Amino acid sequence: MTMQVTVVDYGMGNLYSVQRALESVGAEVTVSGDAAVVAGASRLILPGVGAFADGMAGLRERGLVEPIRRHAQSGRPLMGICLGMQMLAGVSEEFGEHAGLDLIAGRVVAVPAVTTEGSAQKIPNIGWRNLAPAENADWSRTALATTRAGESVYLVHSFHFVPTDARHVLAHCEYGGHRVTAAVGGGRMIGCQFHPEKSGAVGLQILSRFVQD
Amino acid sequence: MGRQVRLIARLDIKGPNLIKGVHLEGLRVIGDPQAFAKRYYEQGADELLYIDVVASLYGRSKLTEIVRRAAHDVFVPMTVGGGIRTVQDVTDLLRAGADKVAINTAAVHRPELIREVARRFGSQCMVLSIEAKRRESGRWEVYTDCGRERSGLDAVEWARRGIELGAGEVLITSIDQEGTRKGFDVELTRAISEAVNVPVIASGGYGEPAHLSAVVKEGRADAVAFADVLHYNRASLADLRAAANAAEITVRQV
Repeated sequence: MTMQVTVVDYGMGNLYSVQRALESVGAEVTVSGDAAVVAGASRLILPGVGAFADGMAGLRERGLVEPIRRHAQSGRPLMGICLGMQMLAGVSEEFGEHAGLDLIAGRVVAVPAVTTEGSAQKIPNIGWRNLAPAENADWSRTALATTRAGESVYLVHSFHFVPTDARHVLAHCEYGGHRVTAAVGGGRMIGCQFHPEKSGAVGLQILSRFVQD
Repeated sequence: MGRQVRLIARLDIKGPNLIKGVHLEGLRVIGDPQAFAKRYYEQGADELLYIDVVASLYGRSKLTEIVRRAAHDVFVPMTVGGGIRTVQDVTDLLRAGADKVAINTAAVHRPELIREVARRFGSQCMVLSIEAKRRESGRWEVYTDCGRERSGLDAVEWARRGIELGAGEVLITSIDQEGTRKGFDVELTRAISEAVNVPVIASGGYGEPAHLSAVVKEGRADAVAFADVLHYNRASLADLRAAANAAEITVRQV
């Protein structure tokens, strides 16, 4: 069986690394910004790097908002990566308030610039961080099924997604004593703040699980 | 405790080749960059750093092609520098698979480029690359064109200015220490780290584990770049990771 996956191209960031990482785990990859192609996809990846408002504008201009929403609501697998994960949210506070895809209720808020001990910390949060399961989170039926707690993934971000219902948080990582959301999920939807395509073997394993779902 | 220090494999490029010099001079061809990049990825490098050492002098290089080939097999972040002059150059490298760009010469000549790149792609994408030579005690001068041209700029002041303009990270290469295996310029790294509130990558001079410990603990580096120790196989990234663990430096567990 071929594992088909469509990577949504809406003009934000480098898609080649995502494409290559998926191919390296055996997926057959289509990269497209065409609404009809996205609407017909069996499995979607929404990648992206950049500002939230620009990302949503990119989706709207291409008529991709409804196809992506319908895809997720019909229970087909969807993975959002980095900005693509944040766009699953209802609202973002990045450079003003902006509506997202609203597939998982919640807000995208700034990563605290002060540690829990009160000292200033570097923003963006860049680098490898350990994944910790959220309380009561069940990774077994998600793309994180074969990931072990404490494994490291690569993140680059200044904002993070805080779902209204904490049960949507799958994983977090620690930054300056704060819990920063690293992964969210609901049904067959998963959002990764980290970049699985840049997280070495751990990331490839997550992509591999996703395309086998 | 807390921050994880990144261990970065640095690949200096000239034309199609991986090269290595001393004090950024006397360049020797090491081999095909792709073979080395794959090896470092498989050994568990946290990041790869490509610097085209002659691109500033002779214009565009084969760098984009090298990065695209690397992105085929390497699934950790890649930072790429050398000869970047415009937002379009950055666009091309990011499309080829780079995650960040490192800019030195063009930023010194036209600091506004830092702002343009940060605005378009975000600060996290814009690494200010500084190549510096020690002057009197506690002062370092910025050089451009891979250590060939003096700029008259003070390295610490330039780092501060670059951050104000939007750089999200600083790569500091000590020309004095580069390729000598005598240790990093810890004082320089510390001066930069204390001047800016963004991550600092120390480059140039690794010879033995004590040097790694010094540049992280005293120099306060957030990331450390290694070149000839890896190219000549005097140590692997796994060895360097073990050395970091032994020195109680927090690193990614691979």
